[in-house]
Amino acid sequence: MPNTEAASSGASPASAAVPRNKGALRVESLIVLAILVAVMAFASPYFFTVPNILNVVLATSTIGILALGATFVIGSAGIDLSVGSILAFAGVIGALVASTLGLPWWLAIPAAVLAGAFAGWINGLVITYGNVPAFVVTLGMMGVARGVALLITDGQAIYGLPAPLIWLGQGRPFGIPVPALVFIVVAIILHFVLSYTRFGRHTLIIGDNERGARAMGVPVRSLRIKIYILSGMMAGLAGLLTTARVNAGDPTAGMTFELSAITAAIIGGTNLFGGRATILGTVIGALIMGVLQNGLNLLAIPSFWQQISIGVVLVAAVWLDQFAKRGRE
Amino acid sequence: MLQINDIKKNFGPIEVLRGVTFSVDAGECIAVVGDNGAGKSTLMKIITGVYKASDGAVMLADKEITGTEPGEIRELGVEMIYQNLELASQQDVTANIFLGREPTMRFMGWDTGVIDFKSARTQAQEMIRQLGARLPSVDIQVGNLSGGQQQSVAIARALTFSPKVVIMDEPTAALAVREIQHVLDLIKELKSRGIAVILISHRLTDVFEVADRIVALRQGVVIADERTGETTMQDVVAHIVGAH
Ligand SMILES: Nc1ncnc2c1ncn2[C@@H]1O[C@H](COP(=O)(O)OP(=O)(O)O)[C@@H](O)[C@H]1O
Ligand SMILES: [Mg+2]
Repeated sequence: MPNTEAASSGASPASAAVPRNKGALRVESLIVLAILVAVMAFASPYFFTVPNILNVVLATSTIGILALGATFVIGSAGIDLSVGSILAFAGVIGALVASTLGLPWWLAIPAAVLAGAFAGWINGLVITYGNVPAFVVTLGMMGVARGVALLITDGQAIYGLPAPLIWLGQGRPFGIPVPALVFIVVAIILHFVLSYTRFGRHTLIIGDNERGARAMGVPVRSLRIKIYILSGMMAGLAGLLTTARVNAGDPTAGMTFELSAITAAIIGGTNLFGGRATILGTVIGALIMGVLQNGLNLLAIPSFWQQISIGVVLVAAVWLDQFAKRGRE
Repeated sequence: MLQINDIKKNFGPIEVLRGVTFSVDAGECIAVVGDNGAGKSTLMKIITGVYKASDGAVMLADKEITGTEPGEIRELGVEMIYQNLELASQQDVTANIFLGREPTMRFMGWDTGVIDFKSARTQAQEMIRQLGARLPSVDIQVGNLSGGQQQSVAIARALTFSPKVVIMDEPTAALAVREIQHVLDLIKELKSRGIAVILISHRLTDVFEVADRIVALRQGVVIADERTGETTMQDVVAHIVGAH
């Protein structure tokens, strides 16, 4: 309203009204992915074979599903360090339901997802109503969920899953692994949720300016709780798929996966400080993680190096982002 | 229209407001003046529900709204332009104007929660046009706008949903002279439309130009509540600094 002069009145002529989430999808991540693929293809003749591509896709799916949850959490300026542990906890619950308890196999699906949602709900409640920083709460949950998984299994993996459940992890309809199909479907749904719904919009707004969002009537607390529930559900889903794939409810599964999930979201363009995120970016980020892990395997580089490289990639991605920001200012 | 009855507020042991009472009628502009730290912003945030009062009541059209959530208070027609604007800098102009009130699409009477981007964008453009604000586009990220332009967005947001009461917390602090005049003209227009305005400003010439009454706040209490025509700038300054 200031700047009276009648000259240019208001906004530009109508162009297509599309949701904009500017700057979130960085071309950089696509370039990184392309370079990584080129290097791997050059280094190993096996890289571009169908079985290996399916391996990449499979590796991407688990991290990718966790990273989809992390996209919402980090987009809202939160953090969830507990997803690796919740994955194990929910995977064990799913195995327990379908194997030990002998219930119908399909009950393992809601059981695992609800177990994850429950852990996420606890995270959200303590963060919002307890005013404890998300970093601390989810670090605590990392210990608790892992501990509970070990406790109820007595530290032993649960074997003997029914065949239909195993199919969820190992089946390949049309040649595509089921976990990959699940990842794609969930990614499409969450892309829609993040970019087109009030829930998604408000997620990014509370990450941008929480106090302002509250002043404008956004129900910040309930929204945050829902976001952590979503993250927990994604971990639960990933846990179920992992259990199905390895045909065991393993309480030690998903160790350090939170590191990979957060890294995937960040290199996909999610603003570590909240307010900016896209699902497409995260999918690219997850692919980068998948290719990296697969490539290091192919090149027979010891798995310890994978941890090192993921850690380095995470810090480098944030550092580059900060560097670019300083350049713009 | 809006009555504030004996509002008290303490942050821990610190008493910021110690029983503040005044009221605003429809079509009236009240200026709230006072030194930095007098409690002006705190009082306004109690009206909008951002802070909870320790004691006292806020009445809107004779109905108590104390303790109501900020979203509901906006719904009842009370809008505020915050001192720090409270914009989401990574979102575009449209998203900020509709922040918290995004129009959604309905399906067989059921709210889908899916934002109607087209309608929001059209309305945002119309609002910006009505205000005569100079913005390159409603699709631009708010963080890329100048201070004055951001102020325009915050004002547009407050006026888009036909408010009954508009609170402005130092709305001209970031503006150039010509832009300030535009805000003052806008306040006069709001008054003529029967909207109650509460203006917080340090610029006494502005206050004398648009306000019907001046409420001076010092250390959390009202020390003067006078009609603009019955006081002078010297008196108001004296109230603010506490000379008498
Ligand atoms: N959230 C808060 N917590 C503690 N003290 C606060 C808070 N908000 C404001 N105050 C204190 O209340 C007093 C009044 O602040 P404020 O209402 O912003 O004054 P004004 O707007 O009149 O300059 C100041 O001393 C300030 O430090
Ligand atoms: Mg103030």
